[in-house]
Amino acid sequence: MAYSARARWVVSTLTMLGKHTRMARTLAFCSQHRGKLLVLGTWLVLLPLTEPPATAMGSRPSSAASSRSVANTPEAMLVQSLLDIQNNRLDVALKQINTLLSISPNFRLAHLIRGDLLMARTRAIATLGNTPGPANQLFDLRDEARVRLQHYLDPAPLDLVPEYLLQFDPGQRNAIVVDTNKSRLYLYKNENGEPRYVADYYITSGKNGAEKLKEGDHRTPVGVYFVVGDLPKAKLSDFYGEGAFPINYPNEWDKRLGKNGHGIWLHGVPSNTYSRAPRASSGCVVLANEDLKSVEKFLQVGHTPVIISNDVAWIDRKAWKIQRDSIDRDIDAWRRDWESRNTDRYLSHYAAQFSTGEQSLAAWAAQKRAVNASKTSVKIKLSNISVFRYPGKENMAVVTFDQDYRSNNLSNQMRKRQYWMQEGDTWKIVFEGAA
Amino acid sequence: MTLTRIASAFAITTFCFAVTSLPAHADELQDIQALVKQGNYPQALDRTNGYLASRPKDAQGRFLKGVILTEQNKTAEAIKVFTALTEDYPELPEPYNNLAVLYASQQQYDKARLALETAIQTHPSYATAHENLGDIYAKMASQAYDRALQLDKSNTAAQTKLSLIKEIFPVNNRFQRPTIKPSVAAPVAAKPVVVAAAPKPITPPPVQTAPVAIKPAEKPLEKITEKSVEKADIPKQDTNQAIVSMVNKWAHAWSNKNTREYLSHYAADFKTPKGESRAEWENLRKERISTPKKIQVGVSALKVTLKDEHRASVTFRQHYMAGALNTSTTKTLVLIKSGDTWLIQQERVGS
Repeated sequence: MAYSARARWVVSTLTMLGKHTRMARTLAFCSQHRGKLLVLGTWLVLLPLTEPPATAMGSRPSSAASSRSVANTPEAMLVQSLLDIQNNRLDVALKQINTLLSISPNFRLAHLIRGDLLMARTRAIATLGNTPGPANQLFDLRDEARVRLQHYLDPAPLDLVPEYLLQFDPGQRNAIVVDTNKSRLYLYKNENGEPRYVADYYITSGKNGAEKLKEGDHRTPVGVYFVVGDLPKAKLSDFYGEGAFPINYPNEWDKRLGKNGHGIWLHGVPSNTYSRAPRASSGCVVLANEDLKSVEKFLQVGHTPVIISNDVAWIDRKAWKIQRDSIDRDIDAWRRDWESRNTDRYLSHYAAQFSTGEQSLAAWAAQKRAVNASKTSVKIKLSNISVFRYPGKENMAVVTFDQDYRSNNLSNQMRKRQYWMQEGDTWKIVFEGAA
Repeated sequence: MTLTRIASAFAITTFCFAVTSLPAHADELQDIQALVKQGNYPQALDRTNGYLASRPKDAQGRFLKGVILTEQNKTAEAIKVFTALTEDYPELPEPYNNLAVLYASQQQYDKARLALETAIQTHPSYATAHENLGDIYAKMASQAYDRALQLDKSNTAAQTKLSLIKEIFPVNNRFQRPTIKPSVAAPVAAKPVVVAAAPKPITPPPVQTAPVAIKPAEKPLEKITEKSVEKADIPKQDTNQAIVSMVNKWAHAWSNKNTREYLSHYAADFKTPKGESRAEWENLRKERISTPKKIQVGVSALKVTLKDEHRASVTFRQHYMAGALNTSTTKTLVLIKSGDTWLIQQERVGS
């Protein structure tokens, strides 16, 4: 049925897309309905998708190389239907939404848009979701639409790389970077030590935002974490969907700061929904079940880093290399100074605020001086080093490695973790302990 | 709200067939209608079957049979009757329309939509089908919203079905030409199929109250004289003016965000749009009206239809402006006179 004739968009909900809307197009369209003009109020302002430029590092893989074809994801179909609405092709948009719903029948946001497309045929609609439904649920769905759209309107700079992924250890196949502001999870792979983008997914995070502080605050922690468990679907209630992967919150630094709480997982969604609102969890990072299935095969318990930020910082290859070299140099200097048995030089790598959690710098220094006095030779080999920059305000990095310590009277091997903090040009250790 | 409109459309189309039949046939069909009105469906069905025995192809008789079966809640049989009618008389839009009503009552909105689209294809100007199609889209939209918001509306769905059946034959204007949608009857009356079934000249249906159009669009509100006191036998024009004045006051109260005054225009038995309680509805309205900083509601192209001295409806263009939202919709208020004032008994989008 020819409902659309002339186009005149009236922008009523520009605010829906928030500050990230670039050169928002002001459009409106009317439907000619047997002489009666039905104004379809604008609830969307869209821009065409732009393909980010690809460069060597962190470049967007070709669609063949990608783990999933972007065009066929439910989200891409949803966005496509919104673009069709923008171009006044309501019938095409509805067809697209119907197709999407035949694939993902529990995609609630798609149902909402379908409702709007149908409603637009009978009367003017003014907002996304023209129904006096429960306000909080409508808010959640609109928020999801905003977040998903924003991902397409303002795509992540995939020609750059998240600054956190400075160094993989050779056994780490992948890394996860989560952006709670953008409700997005980025999957990277370790390609000869360099991070390379694989895919990204919509996520749900804590209903009260990020920067978890304490038990029950319904916030998602910000920091460098690692996958420490794999809970199969069979052991979980339906609420967690296809599975769950606990991470090690609170980590050593969190504990130092007195943060508490437990049970921060990556997990799926209940079977009755395709996705949850951007901010809805008790602090967990929640993926659509099909996305969790895609991601889980890349996760290695005890190895895969999960770096959660509330605003991912992206850097270019050059800056990445400088940062990586700078900390690598300081780590190696620490190792060499330890081998030299010059305790003062060795201790110069430790920050004033250093603590093991049990020992302060003074106690640590006293112990090291005593131990080193008995040594005539020390050989230290570090291997499988990983370095992940800490998100947030502190200039910090989490360094993990296998330490092979040999001396005249003692040898041991251990996996060690250190937190390094950048002070001016040099990096200093603020925490050290077994990993 | 929406299904009510479907229901009344159903009644209207039924009537169209009845009034266009030949006198002899018309008598029989009118007798049957009377039986239906009394709720005597078995006898009505018997007489319809008898009527159809001698003229099995008769469109009006079959149509009436379909209506009676619907009334008896024999939806499947009614669907059969109307489906057969669409096959034999594909150019008649009404059977498609009523088929759509039946499908809609089963919540088979896609089938209902197809039937209505076919009706519109055969008669692009068939207003009832257009309106019903709008309602179907609204119902489909509402279903989609329910899924989006994970609301379980199965209970209310059952209720809508009941109200559909109850309202197939409004007691009031059974033998009147429909006044709300006068265009409906015309194309049917002129149809050659009906003539073929009854090859004598068609008796024009008795002309009933025609819609009275008042167009105050260019006139500002204050120029309309407000007559608060009305008598039962005052001239029609005065009644019309009273209604126009009432609509303007209603819009004015809305614009002024005076919820108390606004709500005072609604009758005690006002039919809330979703069947919610009066209190719930009032709260929602209060919230809606108080939320925007500024509301401006204008009305134009008012069209008053008097049913009798206590009942009327008014259709108009409603221009609503609040914040960035600017809409213009057709609205119909079903009115009832209580003492000297006209009160809103029902409010709906569309004419």
